[in-house]
Amino acid sequence: MFGWDFLGQPAGFDIGETGLMAFDAMQPLWSAFLVGLANTLRVSFPALLLATAFGLLLALGRRSSSPGVKQLASFTIGSVRHVPLLLQLLIWYFLLIEWLPDSTQAIKLAPGVWLSKGGLAFPWLEWQAGGNASWSWPEQDTFNVVGGAAVTPEFLALMMALSVYTGAFLAEVFRSGIESVPASLMEAAETLGATRWQQLTRVLIPQALRTVVPATTNQYLNLIKNSSLAVAVGYPDLVSVGGTALNQSGRVVECLGLIMGTYLLMSLLTSAFMNAFNARHALKGAT
Amino acid sequence: MSALLHRAWRVSGLLLLAWMAWRLLDWGVLRAVFSADAAACQALAHQGACWGVVPEKIRWLLLGAPGELGGLPLTLLLFASSWLLSFPLGVALALARRSERRWLSWPVVAVIEGVRGVPLVTLLFMAAFLLPLIWPQGEAPALLWRAGAVLTVFSAVYLAEIIRGGLQTVPGEQSEAAATLGLGWWGTQRRIVLPQALRAVLPALTGHAIGLLKDTSLVMVIGLHELTGGLSLSLGGDSTWRPFYFEAYLFVGAVYALLCLALSRLGLSLERRWAQAER
Repeated sequence: MFGWDFLGQPAGFDIGETGLMAFDAMQPLWSAFLVGLANTLRVSFPALLLATAFGLLLALGRRSSSPGVKQLASFTIGSVRHVPLLLQLLIWYFLLIEWLPDSTQAIKLAPGVWLSKGGLAFPWLEWQAGGNASWSWPEQDTFNVVGGAAVTPEFLALMMALSVYTGAFLAEVFRSGIESVPASLMEAAETLGATRWQQLTRVLIPQALRTVVPATTNQYLNLIKNSSLAVAVGYPDLVSVGGTALNQSGRVVECLGLIMGTYLLMSLLTSAFMNAFNARHALKGAT
Repeated sequence: MSALLHRAWRVSGLLLLAWMAWRLLDWGVLRAVFSADAAACQALAHQGACWGVVPEKIRWLLLGAPGELGGLPLTLLLFASSWLLSFPLGVALALARRSERRWLSWPVVAVIEGVRGVPLVTLLFMAAFLLPLIWPQGEAPALLWRAGAVLTVFSAVYLAEIIRGGLQTVPGEQSEAAATLGLGWWGTQRRIVLPQALRAVLPALTGHAIGLLKDTSLVMVIGLHELTGGLSLSLGGDSTWRPFYFEAYLFVGAVYALLCLALSRLGLSLERRWAQAER
């Protein structure tokens, strides 16, 4: 009963969004899993960058000297951390598909960037025959936005929910990292004639990193694992595709094993990275 | 010059904040419809909030579908039972992981790292699809029980790591002193080591409880209609009120935030009381 040969059979289902990969129902099941994994990484990577930016912004906001900004940052962090990510994902999703205009009247966010119920269209490199690349710019057509590349509302909702949620947690990580460096060290650097920039890059950041990096890596890993909530809005990530494969093939043990094994591998790689970082940056002499 | 720039920057920031606050007030209160009047809500065209969806669907939002366990009671039941059951399990796992007997500690390390390494959704998939298949005798328990069991194990492994951190803060001399006084291993753990360990990690325990409460929403993915799932159930098939998902979600989000706030207050008051007891 147990075996892996079913992975070579045609998948028998289509995947709504495949990014840069091509996929159709006739391709083997294992390539469906690959597309799912690629989709997981495709949404996780921009979400990681956005979450970091958002976390930094909130952490700076909480340390702002203006009470209004400080209150706003604290309130945002508190409320985002106290509402389930799944609920936030659904909020983003319905905000996008209910409140945005149809793709016949897309909003022009910037030259070549269009936002509508159909998703977000943006310029993208297109490979011509002969190996030349040229930019393809999306334009508003009668019925649709054509050209360039586009991501679906499902992708956008997942990316936004993951980055805002993780950003609120990262903000606290960054703040405690900054606060772990004694203020006297910065004052000492100033006395020695270091500029503000030098104080930041030579004193504060190197020392804050020691506490920040392990906790940040943990949050990044959480983000990747949380991207599995994609199944709730129908974005075809690894869990979503794996679930479909599981239902279609009836191979429960193998499909679940494949999904969980992949995440486990990502977790192990992350903790290996974390240990390597700690070994390099730990205080000399401390254990 | 730079002082002037700084002031201009600050004033424009304040203006932006004020404008956002005004828009929010305008949308959420001034133009909003508070009664369950579908026609008035549709006339808004999202220029104002339709809070009417909350009184219209309040029963479904809070109690789930009529005749089945769902909504807020299910959320609270899943949270309370999995937390209570996972606590002794978490303590046992933490103690076992610190054990010097490798036949005991190694499998426990494997289980803890294995469960922590995968998303909760995949564990719930296991409860929904795998458990019924491999159940040894007769029919597997109902989905609700299986989901509760998964949440319990999931909670226990994270608790175990928190408690292990607490155990590491208790100096070894304490156990030795207790042994000298004639306390057995279990008596030492229960009366000397664990109380100190738990007190040391109380803030983390509060954070864990809040996380678990939020994580109960994930059972929606396998078709249980707790607070989050009850909401989709009530609006999913209702084309009249479907456009006002957003307002309904905000309401449910506020319910979660209140529950989490209550938990965090509870944690703080426990911290204060324990700090007093120490003096």
